[in-house]
Amino acid sequence: MELFRIKRDIPFMRYALVFNAISFLTFAAAVFFLFTRGLHFSIEFTGGTNIEVHYAQTADAEKTRSVIAGLGFEDVQVQNFGSSHDLMIRLPAAKQGTKQPELVDQVFGALCSAESGQLSQHDAVSAQGQAESKKVCTTTAGAEPVVLSRSEVVGPSVGAELAQNGAKALAFVVIGIVIYLAFRFEWKFGLAGIIANLHDVVIILGFFAFFRWEFSLTVLAAVLAVLGYSVNESVVIFDRVREAFRRWRKLSTPEVIDHAITSTISRTIITHGCTQLVVLSMLIFGGPTLHYFAVALTIGICFGIYSSVFVAAAIAMWLGVKREDLVKVTLSKDDPSDPNAGAVV
Amino acid sequence: MNRYPLWKYVTLVVALLIGIIYTLPNVFGEAPAVQVSSSKVTVKVDDAAADRIQAALKQAGITPDFTQFEAGSIKVRLANTDEQIKAKDAINAALNPDQNDPTYIVALNLLSRSPQWLSALHAFPMYLGLDLRGGVHFLMQVDMKAALTKKAESLAGDVRLVLRDKDIRHAGVERDGDTVKIAFRDDATRKAAEAVLGNTQPDVIWTETADGGLSGVLKPQSIKAVQDAAIAQNITTLHNRVNALGTSEPVIQQQGPDRIVVELPGVQDTARAKDIIGRTATLELRMVDESAEAMAALTGAGPVPFGDERYVDRKYGPIIVKRQVVLTGDDLDDAQSSFDENHNPSVALRVNAKGARVMQEVSRENIGKRMAILLFEKGKGEVVTSPRINSELSNSFQITGAMSTQETADTALLLRAGSLAAPMETIEERTIGPSLGADNIAKGVHSVIGGFLAVAAFMCVYYMLFGLFSALALGFNLLLLVAVLSMIQSTVTLPGIAAIALVLGMAIDANVLINERIREELRAGAAPQTAISLGYERAFGTILDSNVTTLIAGVALLAFGSGPVRGFAVVHCLGILTSMFSSVMFSRALVNLWYGRQKKLKSLAIGQVWKPAPETPDDKAEAKV
Repeated sequence: MELFRIKRDIPFMRYALVFNAISFLTFAAAVFFLFTRGLHFSIEFTGGTNIEVHYAQTADAEKTRSVIAGLGFEDVQVQNFGSSHDLMIRLPAAKQGTKQPELVDQVFGALCSAESGQLSQHDAVSAQGQAESKKVCTTTAGAEPVVLSRSEVVGPSVGAELAQNGAKALAFVVIGIVIYLAFRFEWKFGLAGIIANLHDVVIILGFFAFFRWEFSLTVLAAVLAVLGYSVNESVVIFDRVREAFRRWRKLSTPEVIDHAITSTISRTIITHGCTQLVVLSMLIFGGPTLHYFAVALTIGICFGIYSSVFVAAAIAMWLGVKREDLVKVTLSKDDPSDPNAGAVV
Repeated sequence: MNRYPLWKYVTLVVALLIGIIYTLPNVFGEAPAVQVSSSKVTVKVDDAAADRIQAALKQAGITPDFTQFEAGSIKVRLANTDEQIKAKDAINAALNPDQNDPTYIVALNLLSRSPQWLSALHAFPMYLGLDLRGGVHFLMQVDMKAALTKKAESLAGDVRLVLRDKDIRHAGVERDGDTVKIAFRDDATRKAAEAVLGNTQPDVIWTETADGGLSGVLKPQSIKAVQDAAIAQNITTLHNRVNALGTSEPVIQQQGPDRIVVELPGVQDTARAKDIIGRTATLELRMVDESAEAMAALTGAGPVPFGDERYVDRKYGPIIVKRQVVLTGDDLDDAQSSFDENHNPSVALRVNAKGARVMQEVSRENIGKRMAILLFEKGKGEVVTSPRINSELSNSFQITGAMSTQETADTALLLRAGSLAAPMETIEERTIGPSLGADNIAKGVHSVIGGFLAVAAFMCVYYMLFGLFSALALGFNLLLLVAVLSMIQSTVTLPGIAAIALVLGMAIDANVLINERIREELRAGAAPQTAISLGYERAFGTILDSNVTTLIAGVALLAFGSGPVRGFAVVHCLGILTSMFSSVMFSRALVNLWYGRQKKLKSLAIGQVWKPAPETPDDKAEAKV
């Protein structure tokens, strides 16, 4: 089986301006949404409380909301999480002075009594033989109407630090990659590669801002992983550009770039397709916790292809990559027997 | 040209074997077990304890699968949960004669069901994080500012002592923030004091102030030492407190310069856990001010005298206490509930050498006066008890008074649980139910398997035999990655499993690059053997480049990430390294084994290779090479 049968080099660079215009528009839209709507940060960043409860019956979000509102909390979000039986309750960061960790017990207690159950201490051994100690909510009939499946309390001080570390990590990746590419190829490629891929990152963030998807630490990890991954793509193309410069001395720069992209396009699609297969599997099987992680990766992979193929090379072209940038040094170093060594076209 | 030397095959086979051995424990699942560890610093779990456990089990008629002894605890694996409970009771009865004051913690735990020879090789299953096991997680912030203030306070006390010892008359020593200020009446005394203090207080920088006094601040390295000591002591204290919970494998670790992570697997009840570890109490002994002004302040007739503070006694209401700290909890070695000579319940205290010296001196001068023991929780102080000093005290002394045995036991526990060097506050808290954990494992594993199968199937269809080799290499990569993760016992979380899946998706890139290159070489007319060799050779540079950029991102995540991101980053980085090895070397070995010996190789099973005819570009000729 062979999917790509390309006879001639596709003249990608002829349309470079169009592609760059498209990228610029998407980029501008992403920045616009980032500024107007902002990211919907998870409590890891903002501080606050997340409580996940599992109801034996189909959960009634409205009822739960009113119960919690009855406790005097403001700005409470209640939404279904994963299945119709599971609810996610999100409380904002508590004001100074209140003991945040006790919120969970308070909320769960209220939800329990709303189901006419009673909280009791429960020490037991699980079926596998692990000791368990927890609070359970039981009704007089002995049923368990609501179970606390997960809770998370984050103090506001942690968030600022996380954001700071995230920014540091991003800076580290950007600088690291530029230096590596500059060292391996040429600074123009380094710059082009990183601009193209930062544009991916901004677009992923733009998506998260536009749809108000929750931006958590895991999503941040996905974004940075995508950054490292899609730079690969640019690297593969740049590799070919260098090779083509060496082999075909008559071709102009756009032609060389066209050739490089054309000859790697099948590999690009196949690799990203494979990665996307795995990400798809995560979207299907991974459940709600991995959902946005997989979503971020999906957007990252799609735009990764686009930006490496259409944006990175074009930027390198605008920056004025020449044969001499890449060939001169390598020829004299690697191939002293080359009769054309030192010749400049 | 496509032959590997023997050593390369041997390396790969050894890697494969190691991979299989260390991955194996992960497939056996877990069996019930009982874990015995020491609850006291002075008691060590040793062979004698192991013998007693075995004897107890024999007596109860229980035959364990095996008994394992490592890292200060003994684990006994049992056939089923019934035996587990019986074994726990039997061991508990044999090892802890006094149930109220257990010497050993006997906890229920899970142990890998893998055979003993695997455990003997230190092959254990991957260490699963809390989000996969269920349990509670706390992140505690240590208040370093308070630790420094406290240090300055005790420094001021030391300065007073030293100056009095050397008979140097000062006009007042006080703490202002983290600095100690000493006032003098004349310059000569100041010079003398400076010389003495320079010798006795080497970790303080003394500077002369404009008004003829001295002010001292801690040297930067001493500040760091104070902070390190504070966090170390808090960790020890937390260990003591968590031991009281009887959890099987608590994790108490430092994170960053001033944070402590506490993880308690199996515990779902945050309230109870918090109740015990959250007793973020620090202890101080101070003198009670019983002067007339203080008495007036008590009744509300006057202001609280300078250098005093007003606190509330648990029993007797408000009390005026001097600011100056006599002793802190750091100097307290032990506190036990006992009885005095009149058979009244009492709390027996023992202090360290420095504490003994201070106690002796202070008590000699203050016989008949009262001393308050204060407990600070989250910055709020409370007087636990304020006994009268009846005689000169030394390193051990008793607190008596109208207390019940229960009260003395409680007080002793509070004092003993080890005071914290600095107060702490919970800044992050997570609980994960065990069923949710199991659910998360299933979700993660399904994602990995689904992704793997999809990619493997695609590769086999698209690249035929070479695709199969690639898929096998990918499987080898998965095996190695799981083996390495099991070997280093780094914590695997759900994002970590996601990273395993992602690594598979990214690792296949190397094989795609290689296979595409081989096809390209074939298309360009190379002979099959040459095409293989050139394909691998030319693809390698690209593979290296792309992995380095991915690794840069991975390292950044590792360096700056915390919590879930870190778990992701560890797996991500390791995965890149194992994939370099497996996708290049392992797949090449398979190819070499298959094709390497065939001298007159006519074609490769790498799927269709379509060649545009060079002369007539419009010709749609297809050629299978």
